[in-house]
This record gives sequence, C-alpha cells and structure tokens, in this order.
Amino acid sequence: MSGLYNVSAAPHTRSPITTKTIMQDVIIALIPACLFGIFNFGLRALIVILATVLTCAVTEYVYCRLMKKPVNPWDYSDVVTGLILALNLPVSIPIWMAVLGGVFAILIVKMLYGGLGQNVMNPALAARGFLMISFPTRMASFALEKISSPGLKDYLRDGALVLDGVSGATPLGQLKAGETVDLLKLFIGHVGGTIGETGTLFLLLGAAYLVYRKIISLRIPLSYILSFAVFALIFGGKGFDSNYLLGQILGGGLILGAFFMATDYVTSPATPKGQIIYGIFLGIMTGIFRIIGSGVEGVTYAILLGNLLVPMIDNLTRPVAFGRERAKNGK
Amino acid sequence: MAKLRFKGIHIYDGKNLSKDKPITVLLPKGDLVFPLLQHAGKPARPLVSKGDQVLVGQKIAEADGPVSANIISSVSGTVKAVEKRLTATGRMVESIVISNDNEYKKTEGYGQERDYTKMSKEEIREAVKEAGIVGLGGAGFPTHVKLSPKNDEKIDYVIVNGAECEPYLTSDYRLMLEEPEKIIGGLKILLSLFKNAKGVIGIEDNKPEAIENLRKLAEGENKIEVKVLKTKYPQGGERQMVYTLTGRKLNSDKLPADVGCIVCNVATVAAVYLAVAKSTPLTHMTVTVSGDAIAEPQNFRVPVGMSFAELVEAAGGFKSEPEKIVFGGPMMGTAMHSYDVPVTKTTSSLLGFVKDEAAVAESACIRCGKCHEHCPLNLMPIRLQMLALNNNLEMFEKNYGMECCGCGCCSYVCPAKRSLTQTITKTKQQILAKRH
Repeated sequence: MSGLYNVSAAPHTRSPITTKTIMQDVIIALIPACLFGIFNFGLRALIVILATVLTCAVTEYVYCRLMKKPVNPWDYSDVVTGLILALNLPVSIPIWMAVLGGVFAILIVKMLYGGLGQNVMNPALAARGFLMISFPTRMASFALEKISSPGLKDYLRDGALVLDGVSGATPLGQLKAGETVDLLKLFIGHVGGTIGETGTLFLLLGAAYLVYRKIISLRIPLSYILSFAVFALIFGGKGFDSNYLLGQILGGGLILGAFFMATDYVTSPATPKGQIIYGIFLGIMTGIFRIIGSGVEGVTYAILLGNLLVPMIDNLTRPVAFGRERAKNGK
Repeated sequence: MAKLRFKGIHIYDGKNLSKDKPITVLLPKGDLVFPLLQHAGKPARPLVSKGDQVLVGQKIAEADGPVSANIISSVSGTVKAVEKRLTATGRMVESIVISNDNEYKKTEGYGQERDYTKMSKEEIREAVKEAGIVGLGGAGFPTHVKLSPKNDEKIDYVIVNGAECEPYLTSDYRLMLEEPEKIIGGLKILLSLFKNAKGVIGIEDNKPEAIENLRKLAEGENKIEVKVLKTKYPQGGERQMVYTLTGRKLNSDKLPADVGCIVCNVATVAAVYLAVAKSTPLTHMTVTVSGDAIAEPQNFRVPVGMSFAELVEAAGGFKSEPEKIVFGGPMMGTAMHSYDVPVTKTTSSLLGFVKDEAAVAESACIRCGKCHEHCPLNLMPIRLQMLALNNNLEMFEKNYGMECCGCGCCSYVCPAKRSLTQTITKTKQQILAKRH
C-alpha cells in the first residue's frame, strides 16, 4: 500500500457531459445555419460571423484580465453568443456595429451581471435589441441576394455601399402589407432577413441535433410556436389561411428564436411546467408585437421580456417533492 | 414489467467486470476486527474482553438498546484487544480484535436444521435478532426492528430488493444465481410473519438469468412473485422500489411499514433464512472487489472482520495504482484513504478506480435544469445548494431539502460539476443535528 487515496463525499463518478461539451453541441447545431448564411449572402456573412465571435471571445478574456478575475478554462459560451449575435444581424451591417454589438453582449449583458449563468437577458439578443434601437435603419435593411464585390477591401467597407442585391421587403413585411409569400422559398431560405434566420430547413436540422443530444427539450420551442400560431389564427384577421400562418411562422426570426434563443438555459425557466408557461408567454408577446403592434418583427423583444419574468416563473412553478404532493394539495 | 416510472439516471454499470465470476470462499489470514458499530443505531456492548476464547457463531457483543444489533464472531480464537480501529466509514470505531486459531470451532447448535413452520413469530424474530442481522443493502438498519411493525396485519407486501442498481456491484446478482433457494426460503419465513402479505422480488431487467432463476424457484408459490424492473439508477432506493412495485409513495417522514410494506435486500433475506432455518448467525458476507484498477475483479464469500487488504490481494492486487478506493457503490459509497479496514455487515464491495472522476473543479451553474430533470424525488438540487451555501436553512427545508435521499444523481449529471448532493447531504445533517 503506498500513499493515501483520494477522499471525497459520494458520488464518485461523473457524467462526461460538461458545460464545454454542451456549448460545443450548440456550436455544431448552429453550423448548418451559418454555412447557409454564407452560401446565401456571400463571403461578407462569414466576415460578420468572425467579427462577432472574435469580439465576444476577446471581450470576455480582456474583462477577466482587467478585473483580475480568474480566467476560467475556455467553455466556448462566448463563441455561442458571438454566433447567435451574427445570425441575428443583416449581412450588410457595418463591421464596427457588429463589433460594438459583441462588446455590448459580453461586457454589459453578461460579465457586468456576474458572468456565465448570472446574466438576466440573453446576451446576443440583448445586443441585437441594443443595435435595433441605436441603428434602426441599418438593422432593418436586408439583402435579398448575394452581396458580390470584387475585392477584399470592399468586403470590409460599409456593407450598404456594396449592396447590389435588391434590398427589399422581408416576408413578414409582405404579410403585413397583405401580400402572400412563396412558402417553398421561405423554407429553403431564399428570402430577405438576417444572416441566420432565413434558412428554416438548416435551423431545423440544427435544432433536431440539439433535441437528439438532449441539450434542449421541445417544451419551450413547441409551446412558443404553437401559442403564436393560435394567436395569429385568432387575431391575424385571415382566419385559417395556411399561407399567412406558415408565412408568419417561417418568415421571421421565430424558428431561430424558438429553438436557439428562447431555449438558452441561463435565461429560461428550469422547471418543465415553467418552460411551457414561458413558451406560451413568448408566443403571445410575439403575436402582440407582430400582429397588433406596428412592427413587423417581435421575437427579439418578446424573448427579452420573457427573460425578465424567468425568476418569477421559476418561483411560481417550484416543484413539490415526491411523496409530499398530498400535503400540499390536501389543504 | 413494473410500469410506474421515477426520474433518475442511466449510467455505465461496469458489472461486466465481475458478473460472471462465481462466489469464491476466502479464509482469513490475519486478525479479524469486529467494529461494535456496523449497523444503524447504537454501538453494541462487548461481551468479551482481552484474553477470552471465542468460537465461530459466538455472540461477542450484544445489542444495546432497541435499535442496535448483536455481533457474532466469524472465527474461533482469542480476543487480542478491544480498541479503536479504522473502519470503512472513515471513522475510528471501538472494535473487538480476534486472533484466529484457524480451527473454526463452532458453538453448540451452530448449523442445526430448524423447521420454521413450527416456530412462533416471536421465536423467528428472536432468531433474527440473535443472529445479528441488519440491512445488508448498505443502510444497516437492524432487521428484527424492521420485522416488528406496529401491526403485522397491515403489512400487505414483503418486498425483496434485488435491483442492485449501483454500478460495479455484483454480489447480490451472484447470490441470486448461485443461492436462490436461500432467498426464496428467507422470503417464505418473512411471509409467515405477515399473514396478509404477498412477497414480491424486484429485479432490474439487466439481470435476466437471475430473474429466470428465481422465477423457476417461485413456481407454485402462490404468494411469491418475481417482478422485472427497468434498469435505472436508483431503482434499488427504498422509495423508488416501493413506488414502482406498489404505486405507494413514501416521504422522508414515513417508513415502508407505514404504507404496508417491508423492504429487505436479497442478501438480508438469505441471512434470515440461514439464521432461522439453519441456526447460522450472520458471520459471512458476499463481497464484490472490482473497478478498473483491480487486476482480477471477483466476488468473494468472506468472514465479517477480515481485512479488505486480504481481499485485494486475492483479487490479484492492483493492475495500476488507483487514485481512489470506494467502499460500496460509486454513487453512494464511501471513499477511503486506506483499504486496510475490516469487512463489516454494511460493506458489500471494494472498488478501485484508476482515475478519480470526482476530482474536478466546480464551475458556474448554467441553469440547465438537469439536476431537477433527473432527481428521483423531484427536488430542485441547484436551488437547495444555493440556499445551503447562503446558510438559509429555513428556505432549505421549505424547498424540501430534507427529502433528499443522497442518491447522487444531481452531482452525476451536473455539467458544471457542482457538488450538489454533497452540499445537500451535509446541510441535512446539520439541520438534523440541531433538531436533537
């Protein structure tokens, strides 16, 4: 017998799943949408993606260094934030705006609130909201076609200058104006929108991967989409018009939001019941913003608003322990 | 197949290492150490002192108070000392040390056949008490106390726990394969105590041979049924077992007897059989020695009091230096800095692991909710940990912290590797200590 063996309280075994592997899975799930964004909108999309991811990673590192906080082993959560932020931006956005968004997401929304797990709002979405308020026109000019430009220098220039595609109405804009939309185009993503929100097929592919890997459950996305659909059915004024309903579901940021942003662990309820309540709340709010409000989009603000209610929802849906149900309900 | 479900985890079970190794009988070489506390409750009171001669089957310490248990010598020889010794719980416990004369002289009447049908209930309970039987599943609750509920007639289930849901452990499995008649025999004795009860043996579906074996033996016994359980940790937990087999829910204030159930581990039932029908007190344990650091994982039949160091040697020693030694299963067992400790009634295994998976740093909670998703008691472990760390004991109790059974699922699944079970268990103990 040599030396002493490790001593610790039970359990002595741990699952191989770590925060890092979860973040890796989310990154893998976002890759199809990213690739499609690049294919659809051209190389400039890649530059936007790289800019936000790099900004997020550097911001977190520099913050920890300056504040003399321990630089934790890299868990990739900053990469996820950067990716989601990029997917939420129009391809024509000036790079400095994308960088500003990344700094805002990590510095203001995440780190100042205490870092990973402590942020009240989803960092990428809060940054999108911040950019939408600060630069409303630039955040709403969407390319319909690939941005083609001859040289690298042009890629780095202000995106709007190199826009030769048609900068036109998004599907939601068309619906709002009472027009119909081409559903097939919506599904394969050949429409206007942010880098990541148009490729429904590719988003669903990534979402399926997350569900398969048990990273997310369908509780939030399904209750969100279904309650929104019901809202649109009742208040959309079109009755059961499949073009309108599907257009509403596939046309904006709903799929991206429901599967990748509303399911963010940190800013969504942890109890199954709470998750369904949360999803329904998001659906109704999105409906109000999109259909009753004057805007065309509503996902961003609906989720941000939902984020703020999470502590309350968690409190209201506190689980009752096994074998204690009657004690609580009986009285 | 039992239909009712509970939350919990699916986990690598490591049972292949030792499940096909028959039980090998080992004789002790060195001194035998009998801690006076190897059960739940009060330590036993020693009946022998230094220099006394003892026999196999002799009571060397007797139950002190209602919740305590006798301790029986497993060898013959001389009492060398009564002193504090290190046990697998990590504590120094007053122990009787016996120097083995290797003659195995038995007490009078040891091993005599008895017809339990001719024994009164009191005689059966007395035999169980005299034999020093305690819950061999690990909790060590004195069995004679468990078998004496307030009202025998209200017991309608005697549940035999053959789940063995802890990874790596195969001693119960081997017992079900090699000595099923003892289990059925023991169950029949228990059923004779409770006339309204039927016997149910619950076995996880990853042990088909054991299920088949016991089913064959139970044929024609109209009061005994073998039920297949889904393999999931912690199926063998008392509350999960009672729930999946009867649909009745227990909380931390209730004993199984309160909902008409008596739950015993298979090894305990076999011990009851030996004690009642064969006049053989509890002197031997079936023990698994396994883990990736052990050269030849094995199942042994060894006398209580034998040093685990001898068991490790008999299993070929370590093939590579372990980082961690665990007594019991990896989910709920105790890690020890040394393995030169005696086999007791509550240690059914020694596991040696090359790598200590628990030696990881905690990181920030990302609120994934997995701890709640897998908690078999539907608790919110991360919330309990936060409350415990803030020393908010009142809210800890309001959030059902005292219900935790310490199964370890939350710590196992946590991606941030937070010490959830550990903090909750410690806080529970703090609160319990304050209550007394």
